[in-house]
Amino acid sequence: MNFVQHAPVFIVLLPLTASLLCLLFSRISRNLGSYIVIAAIFGAFISAATVLKQVLASGGQAIHYWMGGWEPPIGIEFVLDPLNSVLAVLVTFIALMVSIYSRPFVKREDWLHLGGYYTLFGLLCVGLCGMIITGDVFNLYVYLEIMSLSGYGLIALGGRKSMLAAFRYLLIGTIGASLYLLGVGYLYAMTGTLNMADLAKLVAAHLDSPLFAMAVACFIIGFGIKMALFPLHGWQPDAYTFSHPGAAAFIAGCMSKAPAYAMVRFLYYIFHVDNLVVHSALNVIGVLGIAGILIGSIMALAQFDFRRMLAYSSVAQIGYIAIGLAMGNLYGFIGAVLHMINHAFMKSALFLVIGGIQYRFGEVNLYRLGGMHKKIPISTVTLTLAALSMIGLPPTCGFFSKWYLMLGAYTGAQYFYIAVLVISSLLNAIYFFRIIEQVFVQREASLTEIQPPSTKLGLPIEMAVPIVVMGLAILVLGFCNGDIVTDVLKVGLPEVFLR
Amino acid sequence: MTIVDCRPFLAVGVSLLAALLIAFSDKRPNVREAWSTIASFIKFGIILSMVPAVLNGDVYTYTLCQITDTVGLTLRTDPAGMIFATLASMLWVPINFYSIGYMRCNNEGEQTGYFAAFAVCMSACMGIALAENLLTFFIFYELLTLASWPLVLHKRNDEALLASRKYLIYTLISGQLFLAGVIAVYCIAGSIDFRAGGLLTIDMAPKWVLQSVFVLMILAGSVKAAVMPLHGWLPAAMIAPTPVSALLHAVAVVKTGVFCVLRIVCFVFGPKLLAQLGIIDCLAWAAAISILVSSMIALRQDNLKRRLAFSTVGQLSYIVLGAALISPLSIKGAYLHLVAHAVMKITLFMCAGLIITRTHRNNISEMYGIGKKLPVTMACFTIASLGIAGMPFIVGFISKWNLALGALQAGKPLYILVWVASALLAAGYLMPVCQMAYFRSDPREKFIQYGAFSLKMLVPICVTTAVSVALGVIPNIYPHFYRLAVMASEAICAGWTGGWL
Amino acid sequence: MEMLNEFLKTRGIYALVMILFFLGVYGMVLSKNYMKKLMAMNVMQVAVIFFYLCFAQKDGGMIPIQNGLTTNPDAYINPLPHGLMLTAIVVSLGTTGVAIALLMRIKEIFGSLEEVEILRRASK
Repeated sequence: MNFVQHAPVFIVLLPLTASLLCLLFSRISRNLGSYIVIAAIFGAFISAATVLKQVLASGGQAIHYWMGGWEPPIGIEFVLDPLNSVLAVLVTFIALMVSIYSRPFVKREDWLHLGGYYTLFGLLCVGLCGMIITGDVFNLYVYLEIMSLSGYGLIALGGRKSMLAAFRYLLIGTIGASLYLLGVGYLYAMTGTLNMADLAKLVAAHLDSPLFAMAVACFIIGFGIKMALFPLHGWQPDAYTFSHPGAAAFIAGCMSKAPAYAMVRFLYYIFHVDNLVVHSALNVIGVLGIAGILIGSIMALAQFDFRRMLAYSSVAQIGYIAIGLAMGNLYGFIGAVLHMINHAFMKSALFLVIGGIQYRFGEVNLYRLGGMHKKIPISTVTLTLAALSMIGLPPTCGFFSKWYLMLGAYTGAQYFYIAVLVISSLLNAIYFFRIIEQVFVQREASLTEIQPPSTKLGLPIEMAVPIVVMGLAILVLGFCNGDIVTDVLKVGLPEVFLR
Repeated sequence: MTIVDCRPFLAVGVSLLAALLIAFSDKRPNVREAWSTIASFIKFGIILSMVPAVLNGDVYTYTLCQITDTVGLTLRTDPAGMIFATLASMLWVPINFYSIGYMRCNNEGEQTGYFAAFAVCMSACMGIALAENLLTFFIFYELLTLASWPLVLHKRNDEALLASRKYLIYTLISGQLFLAGVIAVYCIAGSIDFRAGGLLTIDMAPKWVLQSVFVLMILAGSVKAAVMPLHGWLPAAMIAPTPVSALLHAVAVVKTGVFCVLRIVCFVFGPKLLAQLGIIDCLAWAAAISILVSSMIALRQDNLKRRLAFSTVGQLSYIVLGAALISPLSIKGAYLHLVAHAVMKITLFMCAGLIITRTHRNNISEMYGIGKKLPVTMACFTIASLGIAGMPFIVGFISKWNLALGALQAGKPLYILVWVASALLAAGYLMPVCQMAYFRSDPREKFIQYGAFSLKMLVPICVTTAVSVALGVIPNIYPHFYRLAVMASEAICAGWTGGWL
Repeated sequence: MEMLNEFLKTRGIYALVMILFFLGVYGMVLSKNYMKKLMAMNVMQVAVIFFYLCFAQKDGGMIPIQNGLTTNPDAYINPLPHGLMLTAIVVSLGTTGVAIALLMRIKEIFGSLEEVEILRRASK
């Protein structure tokens, strides 16, 4: 069996197998299950990287992997173009980092909890990767549900209040998934196919049908709920706040990106933006994005729980992605996709940092972080970098997605987006500099230790390394964004921009 | 001739590296300060090594990486940038020694963070001076904001907190507006590389668009240059330790602001386009009003550092006014005054720091008879004050002369009155300090000397005073600031005479 | 009357499905008991399943088993939507399972499934 040829399926297959076997191995030896899941996620990362390399080497030609050799549109296929393979690399990389990072949180639990945690974690990774790389709309629904169910589980692991958060998310998430399923039904009733490529061809004949409009509406609400687009974000602050502190970074960083990418895929690759229905849908998304940016930022200002503040800031950042998509031009699109990547890194980094603080000091109040830079210097550096990136100051990666978004807004003559981006940066600056100020200024050490420092870095090595890596990644992404845009995103553009 | 050479990036990198090393030698003060000193000499050396070629008309350029899909992170040594780069790296050497002395004599806390942030600021300064395009410029511009923020916050008390917030609010808002302007320039002109004489032309976009872009961008420069309605952060930021006030709030940060104004006026829009747009007069008025009003406010300040801060506001507006007159001589004068004011003001601030360290007196009304106790310091202070007032044979004279000629050349002779008035006002607010120091004796005769006397503080003062006299007597003395300024203004005003003469 | 009959004949079932769907959503939003919310969620999911089955239905269609009589695809009912719905049913079963597990834990922790009561105890 040739590894390179089968690499696309390994992205999903390895973590899936590992997480299904995880509990069994945990029963045999407590830690074995977690090692196997981590190894499998590493394998998935390698596969994703291989695929990305292959795709780029072939000049952006998409790789089609047919499940069991069944030819689409009958069979199910994985399609890896430059865009989604880079997202698959992103998701598996963050999954790898967070899976290593979260071991100290569950290390002392019994085999059932340890194994159960890693089973859910692996399944979440499967769901996200599957959603990103699948080429079949119903298959996407299945992965969406895998992602959601494991996500509910991980959120519920967080403790007392997290049960409520998870249950609410379950109800709202199921509405989203059902709406998506309904939309797929409309599309299937119109075209009789479930394969995305096939759908893209056949749907062109039905663009002015009311069913198509219904399908688009269903998708936008469905994915809007899953990605926490502004008025549909109600589940998200609680879910992020109360989720398991180890997995929060992965949940907050990646769980909204896969639905956002699915939305990109439907609107830009399948429905071809240049028709009336999608065009008006984009306008709606744009308005929601603007509202999300402003209201999310203002709500974030009002929080004192660090995690909750980050959750609201996610609402605002998803708004960035939304307005990028809504611009409907080349640079807006690039900005939106780049911001998905950048935001995944920034948000994960911030949640890794707050997880570390929670682990060592049991503190989440952002007004009680004084003297943090003396006790966990590594986390402080990452926190600062990620915060600067959230504000959008160069040379961190957040600045560059803002740059492309602004270029998109200017070329599309949609100047109000520029104003919104400027205002949002300033609001971001207020609530992030507030934290940085707290960290450096408060002289009296208000952090009380519940866990003695085990290393010089202030955190166990498994936690310190991912924090450093993510902090560096924010800088590296900032300097490499030119390459990412020219070598990856620009070769995988939707047809609309190539004409 | 264009030479591809990585030396510009070395000049930026050396102090970034120093900042890292400083952060890692937290526990060993001597090692930490050694890194800072070594970096300051190396940086000055690197910059000086590029001067001869630049004087020959060659240009060093280097692209580190493509920072976005079309724009590179590129540094380029044009004469205008070299003036600022040489100036900043030259002054870092004395101020570094002064910092060491000052921080030790005053037993300040958080010294590691101080030296690290200082080094990062100097990197950002080099980047700003040598940036080849607006995006590179903006990146270093924001880096400077970030790195100078902890320096304003250095004392960690409520007053410092308020000052630092004020500073951030001013600079971040203006920075974001600047970014919007950069985006607009990029979309209008298709390029954001600085070009002497301007990269925009009148037929590229409707007039009102160009005008509003100009306003957006010039606001950013004006905030850091503390032009009058936007100057609020500067007096507040005087809470920072005196070396910070000396280098950053008299040289690096505020000079970045005026340098930004000069870049925008001369390299993005260009004199011709601005004359056609007609909007430049507003900037000239704002600068003229700023000169007069700030000088009058300075008259009324009793705190020495605040008085110097308002004097800075006025002197910076000289440079902005020079740029706003858009005639060859006034632009030359502006570049020269950039150098002149930096050398004089850094001397004044260092003297103020020494006085405060030795006597713990912040207010001018308490400075009875310190001329006898601190003779060298007060002599330097007096020379620098005379320079600010525009005395011949001290560095400020030649630049003011050029600025005044520039006003004539631009056909706006009334602005000469502004300069005359402000020179008198400058003498009015600085001479009383000398008078207080030399001719009034302390009625209570209770002159107490605090703190250890440190040559590290006194020698830099003498050095910068010597430099300011040398530059005043022979303007084109090595490193040839005068020649560089002439080259810059010739490149900018090629085929443009200022419209009158 | 004619029109109504015509409507009911062609689209009536879809209208019913829609009503069922929104009944589910309505129940989820408005009922105060978490168990009832969960039941309403199931109603909503069933509505989606019905929707698929409805459009897959065909007058005079045969079950898709090859019996040698005809190979004309028009004579058969499309089996794919039914297949999809089997998956959807499994998924909804999974969701319900997770939800019930959560509800059991909520009941253990808060001692109630009434929303008002839970919120009161959670805020303590």
